[in-house]
Amino acid sequence: MNNHKKNKYIDQSFKVLGILFTMLGIFILGVLIYNIVIAGFTRINWDFLTSLPSRKPERAGIYTAIIGTLDLMLLTVLFAIPIGVGAGIYLEEYAKKSKFSSILEINISNLAGVPSIIYGLLGLGIFVRFFGFGGSILSGSLTLSLLILPIIIVATREAIKAVPHSLKEASYGLGASKWQTIKNVVLPSSFGGILTGIILSLSRAIGETAPLIVVGAMAYVPFVPHSIFDTYSVLPMQIFSWTTRPQQGFAIAAAGAIIVLLIITFVMNGIAVYFRNKWQKRLK
Amino acid sequence: MKKLVIIMSIALVMGSCGEKKADKATELTGSISIDGSGTVYPVSEAVAEEFLAIEPKVKVTVGESGTGGGFKKFATGVTDISNASRDIKGKEIELCKENGIEYIKLTVALDGITVVVNKENTWAKSMTTEELKKLWEPNSTVKKWNDIRAEWPNEEIHLYGPNTSHGTYDFFTEEIMGESGASRTDYNAVSDYNVAVQGIEKDVNALGYFGLSYYEENKDKLGVVGIDNGSGVVLPSIETVANNQYAPLSRSLFIFVNKKSAQRPEVQKFISFYLANAPKLSKEVGYVPMPQSGYDEQVKAFNEILIKQ
Repeated sequence: MNNHKKNKYIDQSFKVLGILFTMLGIFILGVLIYNIVIAGFTRINWDFLTSLPSRKPERAGIYTAIIGTLDLMLLTVLFAIPIGVGAGIYLEEYAKKSKFSSILEINISNLAGVPSIIYGLLGLGIFVRFFGFGGSILSGSLTLSLLILPIIIVATREAIKAVPHSLKEASYGLGASKWQTIKNVVLPSSFGGILTGIILSLSRAIGETAPLIVVGAMAYVPFVPHSIFDTYSVLPMQIFSWTTRPQQGFAIAAAGAIIVLLIITFVMNGIAVYFRNKWQKRLK
Repeated sequence: MKKLVIIMSIALVMGSCGEKKADKATELTGSISIDGSGTVYPVSEAVAEEFLAIEPKVKVTVGESGTGGGFKKFATGVTDISNASRDIKGKEIELCKENGIEYIKLTVALDGITVVVNKENTWAKSMTTEELKKLWEPNSTVKKWNDIRAEWPNEEIHLYGPNTSHGTYDFFTEEIMGESGASRTDYNAVSDYNVAVQGIEKDVNALGYFGLSYYEENKDKLGVVGIDNGSGVVLPSIETVANNQYAPLSRSLFIFVNKKSAQRPEVQKFISFYLANAPKLSKEVGYVPMPQSGYDEQVKAFNEILIKQ
């Protein structure tokens, strides 16, 4: 075999390997979705979506959990995005390269890998006890914001790094200030990347249970939150509660709730992808 | 981005408006916060659900952060009522004292810890409490079935039990080993009993323990081990748990009520409602009700603390 043939061979095998790995991920997701849909699809109807939790599995619904999840995500977005994107811009554009900033950098990357229960304990100490927010939806969303901040910061920085230097130089060349350059050049061209980071982080936040149990999410909440200081439940909490029950009916209800959670995640991601694509078209 | 915010705001507003309006005019309002044991959760959830029908303006929430986790919140005054599948411990009592929390303990239902095996298990029909101790004690040397009884198979035994956060774990170790928390550690410690059910169902050499309701719901898939504490073999059932024949593994399920909270009318009404409906509702969710005289005693005890205040 000559060198050329050998390279071609390696090239082909790597391609096959890549396809296999991709398929593996899709296959596992497929099996999961198939199992859940088979178990829970028949359970989903209008009553299931609009009923309160109940001890009777066939009567139990996820109304308060859906609203709780949506409210919690909305608040988390409101807190996490400005802070996360702001911190990312500062670190990338303003902060001088010093020992301090590199320590900061390493720490933020490390924070992204801290188990979520630790954020729960942190939230319990700071928001629930110290600030006295109690087991409210405010405490929950602030805790989740902390959880996803590192991801948003890292994604924002990477997206800003990818903005061609020539674009920025051109802006400066026209006499624009730093803020004008960030506002008119850097942010618009990195928006797609930042949004991707936000999608990923929200997809993580929406499935969290452990930190929310610690900061006070309840399993049985027969009302929807009226203010940010109200008690709340979320879909993962309801799913967790149902999967541990002995009655088979609750396993089916849990499968139904998982489908709804997946749909909400898909829709959320879909909206973000739509905005990203629209934005990129406008840029071109 | 603006559109996204608008869509989510609409969802928020819609949710807030959609709450079911009460059709009866009632005076009681306020909120009651309950947390604690996942075992007691179904009973409190059932009571809260029924209570909502008669007092729709009282917001009752029930969490399940575990008996220990529940007591932590209860002892710092975060919750009004704590569900517990075991009695309150020394450290928790101290924490309550530190924070000036006084409470009353009420029994709401009974449960039997059931020792289960695989359906195909033809040998382990009963065990003595000594055998259970030998099997589960810390550093137990039992590896195979014939380490327990010589005539049982020379096969490795696979154990399932709750992890240390469960009140069931504390209770079982207390009753069998004589010391709460004393257990061998080389077993499959589960947080969700359905995992133990699945594991035992598929493994002929498996043995585990959990609450009676998990056995009752899976009777067709599991075998049960009778318990002999010296006065003959007793199988767990609603009858043997209710009359305490199934000893020593019959246990009480409790709610702990903060005495200060009990001064509030909505909490008083809720507790009275709880005790009046616990016989029916505890049975419905898979537990064993006490005899009526037991509930009468709880009502009396609760009324006494109200008079004192």
